[in-house]
Parts: sequence; C-alpha cells; structure tokens
Amino acid sequence: MIAQIIFIIILAAAVYLFSKNVGKIRRNILLGCDTDRSDNPALRWKTMAKIALGQTKMVKRPLAAVMHFFIYVGFIIINLEVMEIMINGIFGSHRIFSKPLGGLYDLLIGGFEILALLVLTACVVFLARRNIAHLKRFSGVEMTEWPKSDANYILIIEILLMTAFLTMNAADHKLQLLNFGHYIKAGSFPVSSFISPLLPDSASSLEIIERVCWWFHIIGILAFLNYLPYSKHFHILLAFPNTYYSNLHPKGEFTDMASVTNEVKAMLDPSFVPATTAEPGRFGAKDVTDLTWKNLMEAYTCTECGRCTSVCPANITGKLLSPRKIMMDTRDRITEVGNNIDKHGKDHQDGKALLDDYITREELWACTTCNACTDACPVNINPLEIITEMRRYIVMEESQAPASLNNMFGNVENNGAPWKYSNADRLNWKESS
Amino acid sequence: MNYEPLTVPTMAEMAAEGKQPEILFWVGCAGSFDERAQKITRDICKILNHVGISFAVLGTEESCTGDPAKRAGNEFLFQMQAIANIQVLDAYQIKKIVTGCPHCFNTIKNEYPGLGGNYEVIHHSQLIQQLIDDGKLKAEGGESFKGKRITYHDPCYLGRGNNVYEAPRAALEVLDAELVEMKRCKSNGLCCGAGGAQMFKEPEKGKKDINVERMTDILETKATVVAAACPFCMTMLRDGVKHENKEQDIQVLDIAEITVRANGL
Repeated sequence: MIAQIIFIIILAAAVYLFSKNVGKIRRNILLGCDTDRSDNPALRWKTMAKIALGQTKMVKRPLAAVMHFFIYVGFIIINLEVMEIMINGIFGSHRIFSKPLGGLYDLLIGGFEILALLVLTACVVFLARRNIAHLKRFSGVEMTEWPKSDANYILIIEILLMTAFLTMNAADHKLQLLNFGHYIKAGSFPVSSFISPLLPDSASSLEIIERVCWWFHIIGILAFLNYLPYSKHFHILLAFPNTYYSNLHPKGEFTDMASVTNEVKAMLDPSFVPATTAEPGRFGAKDVTDLTWKNLMEAYTCTECGRCTSVCPANITGKLLSPRKIMMDTRDRITEVGNNIDKHGKDHQDGKALLDDYITREELWACTTCNACTDACPVNINPLEIITEMRRYIVMEESQAPASLNNMFGNVENNGAPWKYSNADRLNWKESS
Repeated sequence: MNYEPLTVPTMAEMAAEGKQPEILFWVGCAGSFDERAQKITRDICKILNHVGISFAVLGTEESCTGDPAKRAGNEFLFQMQAIANIQVLDAYQIKKIVTGCPHCFNTIKNEYPGLGGNYEVIHHSQLIQQLIDDGKLKAEGGESFKGKRITYHDPCYLGRGNNVYEAPRAALEVLDAELVEMKRCKSNGLCCGAGGAQMFKEPEKGKKDINVERMTDILETKATVVAAACPFCMTMLRDGVKHENKEQDIQVLDIAEITVRANGL
C-alpha cells in the first residue's frame, strides 16, 4: 500500500513537472510571429505519416537508419509494457495483462525483450560512433560540452533502462520458476533467460533485485521524461507536429513579405491603399521573436544530428556557417528569452539578440541558399528560412549588406541586371557569335 | 552545320504585327550579358527555330527577375523588379514562359504568383525533354557523343529547389553516351557555390572554394563532358576546371549546347 502511494505521488509529480515544462516550451514557441500552416490537412497528415512515423528521410544513411529504427520501434512498443508497469504500480498488481491476454502475453513480453536487446545494441553502437569512432558529423564548433554530453546521457540512460528491464524480467522469471509469492507464471523470456544464471538463487535476493529494477526502471522513465524538455531528445515528441506543419511549397520558393508588397505598391502607385493596415513591424529577423512560431518549433525539434551541416557546401569548404548551429543558437536564444520572461516579466529586455550575440554575419553571408540542409533534415527543419530572415533584417533595416552585394543591388535597381551593363544592350547576344 | 540566321522576334515586334507567340523565352541577365551564357541563349533559340515553335523574347523590356536581390535579403528590390516584370508580362498577355536559367525559372514560377503573376513556366531542359518525347528532337545529324563520358551537375534551383532531376538527364540519355553520376548527385548534389547571391560577392574565408570542392566529384567520374543547366553553375564549373588545369580534358557544356551539337543545328 505504501509502495502504491509513493508510486502515485512520484507519477503525479513527474507528469505535473513535465506538463509545466512543455507548457513553457509551448509558450516560447508561440512568442514567434504568425504563419499560416493550416492549409491542406490531408497532405500534412500524409507528410507526417511518411516522414515522422515512417522515417523515410532517414534511409539515406542506412546504418544509422536501421539502428535508429530499432530504438524508435523499441521506444514505441515497449511503451505498451510501461503502461502495464504503470497500472501495476498504481494498483499494486503484478503482470496484470497476463490473464486477459493469455498466450498473446507471452508473445508480447518475448517481443519486448528482443526489442530491448535491439535498443541496447543500437545505443552501444551509437555511443561507439560518437565516442570511439568520432564521426565527423558529431563534431563542429557548435558541438560543445553540453550537446556532446546530452547525446551521451540519452544513450546511457536508455542502456540503463533496458538493462534494468531485462534484469527485472530475469529475476521475475526465476521467481516464477520457484513458485514464489505472487510471481505467477507469465511471459516468455528469450533474452533475460541469459541473464538468469548470473542472478542469485535465493528467493529473497531475487525479490529484492526484481523490485529494485522495477523501481529503477519506472522512476528512470519518469526522470527521462522530465529530461526531455531540456534535451535534444525532445525530438521524439516534436518530430510529429513539426513534420505536420512542414513547408509544402517547392524548396526554391522563398516566403513573400506582404508588408513589403504594400510599400512597393504604394511607391509605384500613390493612390494604392493597402487592404489591411499591417503593423509597421520589423523587416526580417534580428531576434528570435521576429521569427515565426514554426522556426522556433523547429529549433526545439532539432536533435543535432548534423545531417544538415555535413551536406552544407559552405561548411564542407571550411566556412563558419553550420546550419545545425543556426538551429541550436535559435533554441538557446528562445530558451533564454523565455527564462527572462519567467524571471523578470514579459517586457524585460536583456540587450541581447540572435544576431551578433549568437549568429554572426559571417555565417549568414556564407549561405548559398542551396537547400541541401533542408533536404537532408530527417524532420523537415529549415535553417535556410532563418538565415534569409536575418539577411532581410541586415539588408532592409540596417543597410549593412557586404559592399559587393550593395553594388549588385545598385545595378539591379539602375539597369535591371546584377552587373553593370546597359539595359539597351540586352539583345546584343543576338548579333554576336 | 548550317548557318541559318537566327530568327528572334521581340514581343514588341510581334505585338506590332498583331501576333502572339506560343511561348516567351525569358533569357535572363546572364544569358543576355555573360559572353559564355550568350552562346547558350543562341543555342536555345536555334532549338526553338529548328522545331518551329513560335516564340519571342522581351529584349530590352526584360529586367532582372529579382532573384539575387531576394536571396540576399533585399525583398524590397525583389518586389520592385517582380511587379515591374509582371506588368510587362501581363501587358503582352504572356501565358507560357521558358527560361534559360534555373534562378529565373524558380522565381517566376514560384514567387511571382504571390505578387499576381501567374504563368506556366518551364526550364529549357524541360522543353528539350518535351521535344524529345514528342519526337521533334533527336540526337542525329551532328556531333556524335557516342561513348563519351558525360556527367551532369544538378543546379540547386532546378533540382532540390523544384524537383527537376529527370528532364536534363533525358536530354543526355538520347546521346548514346556513357552517363556517369557524381558521388553527390540529384537531391544530394553539391552546390556550385554561386547561389544565394554568392555569384556577386567574394566567398567568406574557409579552406577552399565550393567549385573546387565540386571538382573532386567531377574528376572522380573521369568524365570529359560536364553537363550544366544553369549559367551560374557554368561559370563556377568552368572556373573549377581552370583551377585544376583540366581545360584540355574537360568541357563544360549546357544541356542546350549539347542538344544543338548532337543535332548539328
């Protein structure tokens, strides 16, 4: 009874804390500007099913795809077992699903064990790739102490959870064979039966091991849940809404700025009256709150895998730009803005901004807008849109484009071509040969 | 080779005669002014003349689409250009456009509709593919590419930007040549380094230039012809070939040029 009460208190606290932190992230995301992504729900569901659920963009790197798939499927399916564990925790029951499910239960538990082993293997491989093989993709200026540790923590936690789960089953299985207490014969144990010989034979020790693993596993899961909002691992949740709200336009199409259209039309035609009197606002983005909520959602979705940076032509050739850093900086900054609101109230200004304090101009101007990063992202994150918005701010609000680009602007404006050629010569190609 | 003079009417001339062409050829700034790209422009016209498509160009009434301004963040200048161009296009009641440049193609096709300019836009590689499919263009009567190793460089704004991967390849498949893909091709294609207004500025400091990086892919294929479909890629790839001192071994040719050569136009 006391165990049940303790469990319910821990569960309630974990759920409460998690909801509170997710609420904060939601609030932070909504600090972004509006953008309409409500069109075409059918295609959006399809995109989400294909890319988030079906992980179709992962296949480009087959080894990572297979390993990731193990962990993903393991996570989703083992959650069924977590559900049973929760119910057992609340009601003080033991293997409550075994009776109603009968033979299917054996199959399920056996399946969970195999998945747990696959998850464990994948996590070990991933740890080795990061810490022994030192894959280039996992390094870079933005991969500082915290992002590297974050990745390792996630993998180690998952290894510990799976180990606890399997050890718990091994002890349970042994207790079942001893006909001890409430340990009814249920489940099949294709993996944990290999652990059994390592465990002691006395029922009382086994019971302690089973209980310790049970509590470690479930408290571990609840703690892990509460780690998510602070971690890149939050992608397991946001990947779904993030792909649902994907940009459905061709990648080459950049967003249009209605505020600019009004000004241009007014300039070309003085009698023009804009349909809606848009707020004067800022052109482009200096800080995260100038970005759209979708940009911010993407920042929280990013799991720092570095596929974007590994295909970025600027990064490959040694320039400062790293699309992954753009997303990580955006997340760090919006988190900071959110913390400021919590500490100092809504209107607090800390005198910092995404531009210059996080992302330098050199990074922004190195982008070739080639869309390799957006294509590579397994969850449809678009670092290019943030880069473009920040260029817009630099050009339209500050007039601080590199001098050569200002020359190009001047040429386009004066003679309708990016180079200094007279428009009268536009048809000269017809004659020369 | 025949040397028939090119027939290139302007929209103004056509309108004066009360005629409407089937398609407008949007030449683009590079195609108009860049010496190398001018050749491609003329070749596109040769193809149009050869198959007897009625077309016209805007000539001096054409102006930059605004692409480099938009990519560089100057939305204001982009929209000024776009709205002015849309006025010209609409005044001539243009319905269909073929461009000689993926950047013009992308901008007019995707970004003009938001400003009221709605046209059916194709890139010249798509036109060539269509003509091949319709049996109007073959690969005969000209230079033979038989057995030559050809690799194709995907322009970002044609490939990833608009998912046009097959049309330019279709133009090469009729050649009976040995087509080899680069390690990074199609949606994995590496940029030439010119996009996003990089064409008009010096690159940021780094280990090397992007077109030089691309040369490693090209050299790996051992191709003697690099097919391009974008005037900016053309410049960057040629500079890359020069950088490697491979001008004697590797030719960079546009899809349109290859088509013209293969057909002896």
